[in-house]
Amino acid sequence: MNAGAALPMLARLAVLVVVFAGAAGLSNWPRHRSLPEGVGVVTLSFSHGADRKAACRKATPEELAALPSNMRKPQICPRERPTIRVELDIDGRRAFEADVPPSGIAGDGPSRVHQSFTLPAGRHEVAVRMRDRPGEDFAWRAGRSFDIAPADHRVIDFRADAGGFVFH
Amino acid sequence: MSTHADTDGRDSSPAKPRAQSGAKLRDWAPLRLAKAGLRRVFDRLERGADRLFSPALNPLAQLGAISFFLFWVVAVSGVYLFIFFDTGVVNAYSSVEWISGAHWYHAGVMRSLHRYASDLMVASMALHLLREFSLDRYRGVRWFSWFTGVPLIWFLYMSGITGYWLVWDMLAQYVALVSAKLLDVFPIFGEPLARNFLTPQHLSSRFFSLLVFLHIAIPLILLLRMWIHIQRISRLLAGLVLAALLAVALWKPALSQGPADLTKLPAVLGLDWFYLPLYPLAEAWNGWSIWALLVGVSTMLAAMPWLPPLRRAPAAQVDLPNCNGCNRCVEDCPYEAIRLVPRTDGAPFARQAQVSPDLCVACGICMGACPSSTPFRRAQDLKTGIDLPGQPLAEVRDQVAAAAAGLAGNARVLVLACEHGAGGGDAGNGVVAFPCVAMVPPPLIDYILSRELADGVVVAGCGESACYNRLGVEWTKQRFAGTRDPYLRKRVPRERLATIWASPFEAGRYEAEKAAFSARLETLEKTEPPAARQGAEEGLEEEA
Repeated sequence: MNAGAALPMLARLAVLVVVFAGAAGLSNWPRHRSLPEGVGVVTLSFSHGADRKAACRKATPEELAALPSNMRKPQICPRERPTIRVELDIDGRRAFEADVPPSGIAGDGPSRVHQSFTLPAGRHEVAVRMRDRPGEDFAWRAGRSFDIAPADHRVIDFRADAGGFVFH
Repeated sequence: MSTHADTDGRDSSPAKPRAQSGAKLRDWAPLRLAKAGLRRVFDRLERGADRLFSPALNPLAQLGAISFFLFWVVAVSGVYLFIFFDTGVVNAYSSVEWISGAHWYHAGVMRSLHRYASDLMVASMALHLLREFSLDRYRGVRWFSWFTGVPLIWFLYMSGITGYWLVWDMLAQYVALVSAKLLDVFPIFGEPLARNFLTPQHLSSRFFSLLVFLHIAIPLILLLRMWIHIQRISRLLAGLVLAALLAVALWKPALSQGPADLTKLPAVLGLDWFYLPLYPLAEAWNGWSIWALLVGVSTMLAAMPWLPPLRRAPAAQVDLPNCNGCNRCVEDCPYEAIRLVPRTDGAPFARQAQVSPDLCVACGICMGACPSSTPFRRAQDLKTGIDLPGQPLAEVRDQVAAAAAGLAGNARVLVLACEHGAGGGDAGNGVVAFPCVAMVPPPLIDYILSRELADGVVVAGCGESACYNRLGVEWTKQRFAGTRDPYLRKRVPRERLATIWASPFEAGRYEAEKAAFSARLETLEKTEPPAARQGAEEGLEEEA
């Protein structure tokens, strides 16, 4: 390539470099603040399936007769689970309360909760309870006092096999 | 305006004949205004780029091809990075740090190329979409390319976003959290996805294997869908794009933003605004709102070819008695709307042309390519091998004669104009408009000059790098240069022929070049007696 042709080619390259540098700049600028300064987050997140609404019972002869022969089981077990009740208090004030239905088309999946709460940095009192049997008192309760630093993430999980609510 | 007719004060001449065959644009006022505004912006940019890069290397005229080229840059750099990438909660971040740190000079540069080429792919795709919209290249027979392009936007974003997760730095953590929030509105996951990112204990290394799979599978689907968009890109332009990318990758390496830590939240981040512009919105809105926005915009984009539909001109028609299956129209059709099929009329030729009306945009390029398209023929009912019903060759000859009759003076200029270029907007006398300049058969110019219907002919097309019908400008240049059949005969005095490639926004330049041509004509002497030229032509007429 002679000098006469090289110069325009360099100019073209320079223009492309400037345009691409602009694109590279937009690749991580301007900065985005996703969380206000001086706050942390508490997340209440769990997935819990309450006991089924009704226990298995023996099928009646009429019910068995109404079924195809390959589907005749001696017991009928209703699949549906009840709605669970969840309440969360932070520093003595109700932050969250909900009646959470079971998931799934047949209503036989676990109830799911995933809620985040931003809190100013500092010490906080948290109380959480859950009722998974309608008409009864809250069977699962827990409370905790903890410090939260800016951008800290605290999690309240629930695992029945671990004894109830778990604080991370 | 300084046309010859105006200077001669012949404004009372008969109304000039205009083309009737092009696709008629039925449009809503807001869309029309948006297109006009965008087209003006693109036109300014493209003319500048034409001057700097030359029409052959103009990046704005090859945006789709550049997007495709960038995909390959991303693919090759991705394969290279995968050699060094390690999946796992801790290993992912440390392997990427190794790539950008100790081995910056090869793997780090590749990472930057991977990142910036992906970003530029978004930018070039967005510009490509806007440009095609502004040029009204999304309706009529072009609906398919537009419609199938809409899912490409989704796949491109999915490819990019899964890539960000893999690094597992603070930005990846942010992307994971907001993406999980977005996806969890669908009740299809057994457990909310967000629960995967609650604490370090909740996140398993197997999750990264799934992400790697997605980050490879989705681009493969993207590639499959881009198959219909296969374009050729100038090697020189590809080299320039690659060199510029490399320069930026060396100057500003793509880096991570600190390791992800699920006990903390990423508060301040450098977002990639090409891929993640909606994430801040997704944080603020509830999940369904953002999905409604995305699906709404995508549906509207996909439906645009019918909002409103293009009113199509009748497709080209083959006239078998004048078609010998020479293949020229097949080679020149930019839309692959013509093919050769076995002869059906018993004529002594093996094949004949057949038009697919679904693909034909009635640009008329086939008519310009047909060797039978010669106006010299004496036949009462002038026909050619392939013709446009909306503006047949016979009508073209009549239009030329009528336009020429309105000219007077020593420098009579007849303009054969593309209706999508500056010449198409010429309100002066002596203008015949076509859907595309390549519809002009070269013998028509010979006819005009040898019959002294005008002293000079201007062929006015679209902007040089923005031909409305893709290849009209290129084919016309090649026919005039004698490198593409049908050639413009050597006997046509080239000094009496001018080409002006100007978009509708370059009316000033068009007028200036036309006026300069007219002035040049004034200085020319008639070198050949008309009788001699006409006499020579009689033989051709007899042959025809």
